[in-house]
Amino acid sequence: MAAGRDLDSYGAPGWLQAAPFALVFAAFFVLPLVFVVIVSFWDYNDYQMLPTFTTRSYVESFDGCLTDLPNLCTMFKTYVSTAKFCFIVWALTLVIGFTVAYFLAFYVRSATAQMTLFLVCTIPFWTSNVIRMISWIPLLGRNGLVNQLLVGAHVVDAPVEWLLYSPFSVALAFVHLFTFFMVAPIFNSMMRIDRRLMEAAYDAGASGWQMLTNVIIPLCKPGLAIGSIFVVTIVMGDFITFDEMGGEQIASAGKVIETRLGALQFPPAAANAVILLGATMLIIAVLNRIVDIRKEL
Amino acid sequence: MTKRHTNAGAGVTRRNLLKAAGALAGAGAVSSFPAPAVWSAEEKVLRYLGTAVNQSDDITKKVKADTGITIQNIVATTDDVTKRVATQPNSFDILDTEYFSLKKLVPSGNILPMDAKKIKEFDNITPIFTKGQLPDGKVIGDQGTAPKKVMFLEGPHSKTFSKTPTEWVTLIPTVYNADTLGIRPDLIKRPIEHWAELLNPEFKGKAAILNIPSIGIMDAAMVVESLGKYKYPDKGNMTKPEIDMTVGVLTEAKKAGQFRAFWKDFNESVNLMASGETVIQSMWSPAVTAVRSKGIPCVFQPLKEGYRSWASGFCMSKGTTPKQQEWIYEFVNWYLSGWAGAYLNRQGYYSAVLSTAKANMEPYEWAYWMEGKPAEKDIHGPDGSLLEKAGAVRDGGSYDDRMGNVACWNAVMDENDYMVRKWNEFIAA
Repeated sequence: MAAGRDLDSYGAPGWLQAAPFALVFAAFFVLPLVFVVIVSFWDYNDYQMLPTFTTRSYVESFDGCLTDLPNLCTMFKTYVSTAKFCFIVWALTLVIGFTVAYFLAFYVRSATAQMTLFLVCTIPFWTSNVIRMISWIPLLGRNGLVNQLLVGAHVVDAPVEWLLYSPFSVALAFVHLFTFFMVAPIFNSMMRIDRRLMEAAYDAGASGWQMLTNVIIPLCKPGLAIGSIFVVTIVMGDFITFDEMGGEQIASAGKVIETRLGALQFPPAAANAVILLGATMLIIAVLNRIVDIRKEL
Repeated sequence: MTKRHTNAGAGVTRRNLLKAAGALAGAGAVSSFPAPAVWSAEEKVLRYLGTAVNQSDDITKKVKADTGITIQNIVATTDDVTKRVATQPNSFDILDTEYFSLKKLVPSGNILPMDAKKIKEFDNITPIFTKGQLPDGKVIGDQGTAPKKVMFLEGPHSKTFSKTPTEWVTLIPTVYNADTLGIRPDLIKRPIEHWAELLNPEFKGKAAILNIPSIGIMDAAMVVESLGKYKYPDKGNMTKPEIDMTVGVLTEAKKAGQFRAFWKDFNESVNLMASGETVIQSMWSPAVTAVRSKGIPCVFQPLKEGYRSWASGFCMSKGTTPKQQEWIYEFVNWYLSGWAGAYLNRQGYYSAVLSTAKANMEPYEWAYWMEGKPAEKDIHGPDGSLLEKAGAVRDGGSYDDRMGNVACWNAVMDENDYMVRKWNEFIAA
């Protein structure tokens, strides 16, 4: 409402300026989303969708969720597993991303060096994420380099199995793939911090730790929040990383959709997409509660 | 129409346009009826949708040389082929799909059957397809979607499968094979004879299963029967309790850490086996060949309980024009005429018309691939790579030994929807 009133006060030019993006947004985001929601309430058989209203896809997706309690149904198990990875990956990328950004923003003095190092961070993105993921396999496998090294150095007697096709390898690949999504917004926030604030804190006798917790982190909040949204939404919807690194043995919300699509069952796939969207929006709403991004920007 | 032909990519080149224009002008000069001349100059282009099993550059080139037809391959996974037929029937002309997909595809009305009368070699197609028998009359397993069950329709536009042979053939068979478990004999070091070995705790953390629900569950059913836990009336069409029980067995094994990974894609299965991540797993014949060609021992192990078989064939999109349909018949007739059959046989698959393929293979090749005899000379693949040294015998032996021991066929169950949900539960366990 508030936004609408703001726009009204600018009159027709305001609406005109907003129109192109609003149209693109409506055509390529809102409309398809509406279709997905509609289809999720359709019926289906082996080979086609039947446009009659039914809640079948939702009912069957949540099958056993109440009756099986206290055991978790497939849906809850899948989401618990996905959320667990979300949290682990979020925590790790946050710490690593913050550290890298801190180094770039405060330790590297010259702007040229800063930009160069920042661009170096993007080099992994020159190849596809599938290739970046698969390159871990010869390293972590049963007869991979790491195991050869460990066995050769007599650290372990038999190859370590949990290095690949395990929760460990999935989390590792996610952190490898997505830390940069944390680095970029946090670095951006840090660069906007007025250096005089830090000098003032120093003059007022703040220790390095106090400066970090009382000045830098509060002022980096938007970057932290935006980075978190990137990472959380990507991990929530991912299925390729789960498949490749988890040996297709680890459930994820995206994987359920993929299996349904593969079996030509579009309505349940759509229903699961709507559920996933709901879950992701819930997480983002909570994040927004903690950090009001619009206000901070 | 025009769009389809310009889509051809290589189809309309400047030279062809000039040629066509020349033909038009010439024909106009000598005759008042120029149509046939234009026709003959028209590029024959077919968009061929399939899973890459029998789509190769070699075949495309040979078709072009023999018939002048340009084949444009559209390659997709089994699931995506089905999806494409159901949702975009105008995006292809000729379809190469598996028989088990027909239960989904025929009711959609998006594909047209082929007329047996226009297929020259139709009567020579192996009776596995028409009667469910070997050429020598031995009846083979027909659990699941055996081709004979879905081979014929009641009429040209019918959506009902006919129990007796008719003129209207859903798919003209191209290629088929009998699948079993692949093993690494160098790492297992003892004979493997039963499907039950897949869940043997001896191979804990070193087994893998196919993550295509409809096929994976059949492999699981072979294991369950082999363990002596249950005898299915039809492994290819389970009831809900049977699905629960089968998935239960898999889930238990998964929780105990039996599986290293699941695979969905040909290359994944090759990598798992070649790297030693797995020593026993569901596998496809050419994947075993691929592991072996890296110099790593791998056997497509024949098992006492028999094989799980699959077959695929050609049909047409409902969007094809009569002229395109003529080209399709020309292409299919070419396909069955021997060269392609020999090509497929040399990859370890089987061709639909054995007599014409035999005529296109060397006697020692035929003896190795089809008769189960020791190779007289080195055996080379269609690409010229060395597959086996002289003296080797094919895993599983002859055509009759392999296809004669088929226990079931890839299938889509009546309870497919329930099964897919249960499969997701298994993955989440």
